[in-house]
Amino acid sequence: MTTTLGAFIVKELRHILRDRQTLTILLLMPLIQVILFGFALRSDVRNVRLVIVDPFPDYATAALSSRFGAASRFRIVAVTPTMRGVEPLFQQGKADIAVVFEPGFGSRLGSGEPARVLLAVDASDPNTGTTMLFYARAVFASYEAELGSERGRPVRIVPATRMRFNPTLESVNLFIPGLIALVLTLVSALMTAISLSREKERGTLEILLVSPLRPWQIIVGKVVPYLGLAFANVLTALVAAWLVFHVPFRGSVTLLLAESLLYSMVSLALGVLVASLTGSQRVAMLVALLATMLPSSLLSGMVFPIASMPTVLQVISNIVPARWFIIIARGIMLKGVGLEYLWRETLVLAGMTMLLMAVAVRSFKPRVG
Amino acid sequence: MNLRILRVLLRKEYLQIYRDKLMLRQMLLMPFIQLFLLSSAATFEVKTARVFLVDRDHSATSRGLVDRLHASGRFAVVGASASMDPADDALLTRDAGMILGIPAEFERDIVRTRAGSVQLVFNAEDGALAGVTNSYAQQILAAYGRELGATLRPVVTEAPHIEIRTRGWYNQELDYKDYMIPGILVQLLTLVGTLLTAMNIVREKELGTLDQLNVTPLPRSSFIAAKLIPLWSIALAELAAGLAVARWVFGVPVAGSVPLVFLAACIYLLVALGIGLLISTMVDTQQQAMFVSFFLILVYLLMSGLFTPVRSMPEWAQMLAELNPVKHFIGIMRSVLLKGAGLTDIVRPLAILTITGTIALAFAVRQYAKTSA
Repeated sequence: MTTTLGAFIVKELRHILRDRQTLTILLLMPLIQVILFGFALRSDVRNVRLVIVDPFPDYATAALSSRFGAASRFRIVAVTPTMRGVEPLFQQGKADIAVVFEPGFGSRLGSGEPARVLLAVDASDPNTGTTMLFYARAVFASYEAELGSERGRPVRIVPATRMRFNPTLESVNLFIPGLIALVLTLVSALMTAISLSREKERGTLEILLVSPLRPWQIIVGKVVPYLGLAFANVLTALVAAWLVFHVPFRGSVTLLLAESLLYSMVSLALGVLVASLTGSQRVAMLVALLATMLPSSLLSGMVFPIASMPTVLQVISNIVPARWFIIIARGIMLKGVGLEYLWRETLVLAGMTMLLMAVAVRSFKPRVG
Repeated sequence: MNLRILRVLLRKEYLQIYRDKLMLRQMLLMPFIQLFLLSSAATFEVKTARVFLVDRDHSATSRGLVDRLHASGRFAVVGASASMDPADDALLTRDAGMILGIPAEFERDIVRTRAGSVQLVFNAEDGALAGVTNSYAQQILAAYGRELGATLRPVVTEAPHIEIRTRGWYNQELDYKDYMIPGILVQLLTLVGTLLTAMNIVREKELGTLDQLNVTPLPRSSFIAAKLIPLWSIALAELAAGLAVARWVFGVPVAGSVPLVFLAACIYLLVALGIGLLISTMVDTQQQAMFVSFFLILVYLLMSGLFTPVRSMPEWAQMLAELNPVKHFIGIMRSVLLKGAGLTDIVRPLAILTITGTIALAFAVRQYAKTSA
């Protein structure tokens, strides 16, 4: 029995190795993704283009304008006396934020009256918009504080802020664990689903079914080569992250690899399940995309924090395996913790694997039609 | 090109697509699920941050600070201790997202020197969350400082104060979904245009029916046109459905002209279909087609500014993004739908799309004729 299974695995492996194009893409993909994510995907906002609307320039507006000019994040693209002309700049995407001083800003400030200023921001991207507002407020706050220290101080509470586990909030450190989850999902779930449904579509599955192989052996034979491929992908992604971006590995690499293997198994089981429920490759692909890729990228906390989601989605996110894997991977890589802190998440993944495997093997009918 | 032949072929293609009920349902369902998921899941807003309190001062002032955090509704104290060790453990187990450390003599410092310090430690494992929580905490600290300044003796009079009013143009409520939905529609068009085109043609290749068609007297141009036109129309129908859902289900404002959006989409689809056709000439199986197109689409989308602003990318990536048709189309969609931009505002990206579209399609058709000859 073992030799039959072995021969079958070898056959499947040959299938994969023969298809050079897919193999190249599969092996290159994590590498390119890590590099793209690491270099190009930054959510911090730099080079904010600023328009200053200053109807009556005075000492205060001049001081603030020069502060904005000196701030590395801001670049002043226009200074105008009226609001006219601001809107077209925004519509053509040439300005991001407008600072509008009221007439008599400086004299009000000097007399202790509240001096008013309007910050109008291109909020079509709310996240960027909020961040730009935050930076602009900081410029005003520091000016205010300086004026204040010249003439009696309000109480200052100085926070000493520390970002533990990722002091510089480097995005690549946060993306890598999620990226590994995504690549594993893609290779394990999607590829398995398509490979199995391809045999179904072509009718070669019938030939396999009448062979002495038992259904579970067919599944194992299909799954093992992809497990190896997925593992190779994890290694590439990790090495690239380590060499190119110096992503920290504070915990045990062995544990991380073991957990990746566990996560691959969950994804593979999902892939088998999708294949057994669908008829054609295209449908299998679409279902696999909807059932695995979408939740793995959106509901896993990879990019968007789970704590910010509506309660319904937070509950749903519990059944997304990637969510648990990302907690584990971040814990090991960034926090340097071991199983003593991650046993719950590991148990959840192990439980999911068993359940999905059982369902997948059961629903994989050894019958045709 | 013979119009009669084209009509017959088109009929066959439409029938084939219409018959594939599951596929059809998926294609119609996809936009709704994506719109729903992205519009509600894709947010960085912080609801309640869990705070672990290490108060070594135990004074009225330190309690006042904790009260202010509580009252903001964004912070909840989940634990307290006198030393940092349990607090640190709470960060490791993810029971708390932030530690607020108030040193002994916090109140004394404030009374004597009008300045005090506190310690904020965040679990930056989730960087975006930590950053946003930090900015909320800082605002509360600053407000509390002003409040204390007004009550502590000697009272500071005439403290200069700048009153900042803010306004978010084009998206008053800072609603993330208003921003994402135009992008999601672009993603959808790309998926239908590129992925389905490639899969559709490669399927005929895999089944061997492409060879049969190639030996018939059918002109190749008719065959390609018959393959592309249905997907082109389906993609436009999806755009119409998606826009309707966005407008009436999600309440996304449509500031600009809808015909202009469709004009841009028609041109953009030439690029998407051209790339799909090109992929189909390079691969032999559906699996490969899916992988190549999936990979390309992923790179296109990630580099397009859909999720992260293009201007935050390094120089070389920004230059690459200029070549990316998806980036230009997303830019058009966002400025027309959100900002109400007119034809004159989007002439440049539209021209770039037209040029890339013509090149991509022409090259793909040439390549197609070559490989199947």
